[in-house]
Amino acid sequence: MARLLTQIENDTPSGRAALAELFRHTGRAHLIGVTGAPGTGKSSLVNQLARFYRQTGSGAARPKVAIIAVDPSSPFSGGAILGDRVRMRDLAGDAGVFIRSMAARGSLGGLSAATAGAVQAFDAAGYEMILIETVGAGQAEVDIARLAHTTLVIEAPGLGDDIQAIKAGILEIADILVINKADQPGADNTERALRNMLELAHPVGRAFPEASRPFASPGQMETAPNIPLWMPLIRRTVAIQSLGIAELAEAIAAHRQYLQESGEWQRRERQRLSSDLETLLHEALIARWRAAVDEEYYRSVANALLTRQISPHEAVARLLRG
Amino acid sequence: MSERKIRVLIAKPGLDGHDRGAKVVARALRDAGMEVIYTGLRQTPEMIAEAALQEDVDVVGLSILSGAHLTLAPRVMELLKANGQENVRVFIGGIIPDEDTAQLLALGVSGVYGPGANTDEIAGDIRQAVAQIESSAEA
Ligand SMILES: Nc1nc2c(ncn2[C@@H]2O[C@H](COP(=O)(O)OP(=O)(O)OP(=O)(O)O)[C@@H](O)[C@H]2O)c(=O)[nH]1
Ligand SMILES: [Mg+2]
Repeated sequence: MARLLTQIENDTPSGRAALAELFRHTGRAHLIGVTGAPGTGKSSLVNQLARFYRQTGSGAARPKVAIIAVDPSSPFSGGAILGDRVRMRDLAGDAGVFIRSMAARGSLGGLSAATAGAVQAFDAAGYEMILIETVGAGQAEVDIARLAHTTLVIEAPGLGDDIQAIKAGILEIADILVINKADQPGADNTERALRNMLELAHPVGRAFPEASRPFASPGQMETAPNIPLWMPLIRRTVAIQSLGIAELAEAIAAHRQYLQESGEWQRRERQRLSSDLETLLHEALIARWRAAVDEEYYRSVANALLTRQISPHEAVARLLRG
Repeated sequence: MSERKIRVLIAKPGLDGHDRGAKVVARALRDAGMEVIYTGLRQTPEMIAEAALQEDVDVVGLSILSGAHLTLAPRVMELLKANGQENVRVFIGGIIPDEDTAQLLALGVSGVYGPGANTDEIAGDIRQAVAQIESSAEA
């Protein structure tokens, strides 16, 4: 397993071949993205969730849990310090838990491809719960959210002035907002700020102010009939004291149920696979065309563009005409 | 295909409580372009071997200040081997008497470094050891 993950991460021919074999065995796992600002307690929460899943299920119902913890690479050296395991020591010695640290390695596309590959490997190996930790609020998080079925955005009280600390963009990817470190002062302010932002971002949700309600039944929906909407849930946790973990797991289960009952699970899967297909097709077509095109001709057209004799559109037209 | 990265696990077995040295080395290796999995304090040999396996590392660095290096290091190496990771190189940092250093090297430890060790040298040694494993794997 570990070796396979390395090959996938390095995008070797044997890694690709293995992924091709694996793919038909994927599609069973619940992928849970965990993101948020540095130090908000993502790793501690992942540790608690994994422990919870391993302790509550019994026998065959005890899901195997995989954790992919992504940390940034240094832009200067290309190296990285991957320190998330420090907070996951409770999981040591459990053969049903597999933790893998990954460095973002600069390229965003590469990260999503490597993460998606690792997820497929875990999925095919029977890991039913796959937790993916990423830091920050950049493009990587949006990509990971696209990959995950359920995305948790972790906030902590006292990270600067409440509203400003909460990026509007991250609310759009959050299925569940977690206020971790709820033992710290300021949790009420954080929660109020989040609720305010949610109301702005999800005006339809106002018809259902009760946040614990996972989704509205179609009959209750006035603005968008027949399409049940998910109103992001807010949960409080204290990861270092194991508080609120069962409630968080419940919210995750509610979201999964919503995805399945609303057809959103299939819709997301379809959307993801077709956009993956398109990306790969783009790359393959360009590679194929580049291999066939006359290098001399290509350079002459590029040169005409650089000296502004022709426009980019004209350049493309010329190249495609051959 | 992206360039292959050297992956290093840095662990601190034993009960003594500070990891400043381990963190300095971790940062230096990152700055040398390696991916360093840092696992923190009070790791048992079992935890270290498990992490080394899951992370598929090339190298394990042990920071040992407790004086228990002669029991901890062989135990870790034994567990690595049991997991089929006999190719993983083990390096040790700490306050190690000369005669113990000789014994550790004889046991197959790839390098032993004291508190004042030059981190560039450590990074260079690691690179060399990994290159050696790879060339012998290809042969
Ligand atoms: N008071 C308090 N501290 C917490 C809680 N959860 C985590 N911490 C502490 O917050 C610090 C950061 O926790 P991590 O779990 O490493 O946070 P993270 O978000 O994974 O951090 P990065 O991966 O570095 O971004 C640690 O010192 C934890 O012990 C909590 O609920 N309450
Ligand atoms: Mg973390």
